[in-house]
Amino acid sequence: GAAQAAVKSPFSTDETPTSLKDITSYNNFYEFGTDKSDPARNAGRLTVKPWKVKIDGMVGKPGEYDLDDLLKGMTIEERIYRMRCVEGWSMVIPWNGFPLASLLKRVEPQSGAKFVAFETLVRPSEMSGQSGFFKILDWPYVEGLRLDEAMNPLTLLATGLYGESLPNQNGAPLRLVVPWKYGFKGIKSIVRISLTDKQPATSWNIQAPQEYGFYSNVNPEVDHPRWSQATERRIGDGGGLFAKRRPTLPFNGYADQVASLYAGMDLRKFY
Amino acid sequence: MAIANLRIQPRFPTWPVYLAGLIPALFYVYQIFYGDLGADPAKTLEHAMGEWALRFLILGLAITPLRRELGIGLLKYRRAVGLIAFLYVVLHLTVYLLLDQGLDWPAIWADIVKRPYITIGMAGFVLLLPLAATSFNAAIRWVGGRNWNRLHKLVYPAVLAGAVHYVMLVKSWPLEPLVYLAIVVALLGWRVWRRT
Repeated sequence: GAAQAAVKSPFSTDETPTSLKDITSYNNFYEFGTDKSDPARNAGRLTVKPWKVKIDGMVGKPGEYDLDDLLKGMTIEERIYRMRCVEGWSMVIPWNGFPLASLLKRVEPQSGAKFVAFETLVRPSEMSGQSGFFKILDWPYVEGLRLDEAMNPLTLLATGLYGESLPNQNGAPLRLVVPWKYGFKGIKSIVRISLTDKQPATSWNIQAPQEYGFYSNVNPEVDHPRWSQATERRIGDGGGLFAKRRPTLPFNGYADQVASLYAGMDLRKFY
Repeated sequence: MAIANLRIQPRFPTWPVYLAGLIPALFYVYQIFYGDLGADPAKTLEHAMGEWALRFLILGLAITPLRRELGIGLLKYRRAVGLIAFLYVVLHLTVYLLLDQGLDWPAIWADIVKRPYITIGMAGFVLLLPLAATSFNAAIRWVGGRNWNRLHKLVYPAVLAGAVHYVMLVKSWPLEPLVYLAIVVALLGWRVWRRT
């Protein structure tokens, strides 16, 4: 991709980043197929320029914005974040991007707005997984955050990876990164951001509500019915084939910054 | 079916079948040392061994219908196919225990009792144990042909368990595991239909 200048961030971890090859060849992006190698193979066809993002709902400045205009005046930061997949593996990813809060402030949320809803592009002609005989998910992929989660300084809209523009298989040209939640909350190739006063529907919760909640905070205490969340395998970890599992941390290690958002909530109920 | 069918007959050797069955395993051994198993090599191996186990189990289930419906006589190769399938089941389980879970027995036990897809997969493995243990001619004599045949019908629930295990472990409903399950259900359904 094209080189992207970025300033360093104090929110970055000093853990060793996963290799670019692993980050760009091991993806869950079902719009391009269900195998983790499918997105790298199929996402090249996606046209990411020009790109428009519709911002609507309870905002003072709704509109259909060109991505280039949204990026004007934004400081692109490098944020090296841990990423924990609900399937029990993890990576360390050097994202480029800007806080979602910067964008939301610019479009002026109304006082009654409580949630942010996101939508991924639907374009079956370029997204092979959306045209399959069996519907893997109800398209478009949708995700959501509580407004205070969305405004947290850790919450990022990513535009790049390893100092270059975002590869298509990683959600180009604009994707969400919420490092204390499971990876599937990080909705890719965003075309719509809506502010609302009702908790928005989220794709995996629609698909299997008993398995995936709205919050989906990384929590070693609450197992997924199919995967223990107590441990994780770090992709590319020294051992390769014999990489050891490591304990998973509450809120993926970001408890200091975000645990207060959930004070008083039963996180077994709000999983 | 007659015991005679299960004896190795001299004219067409079975060893090429065993050799062919080892090719996928050797391919992955090569991949470990010289190739590329991708970002999560343990998972790649785990899935590959499981899928090959299912393929050979299905091949074993197909032998009788092929003979009855199409007159293709592969009965003498069935033991080889079954044992190869069992080898891949063992490799699949070994990768899970050793590479995926790192022999963390409390975590493995929790998986078996708490996660239905692992419970079912493990049940399938246990069902195959007596079959693998009696896969030689002397065992057929010891157990008796009728009993041996009855015992080896355990392969039906075992293969069904394997296919269901695969469907349950994936997110959503992708096509591939459903195709395997459909083939297994068809091969078992044929037996119900023919009352064999």
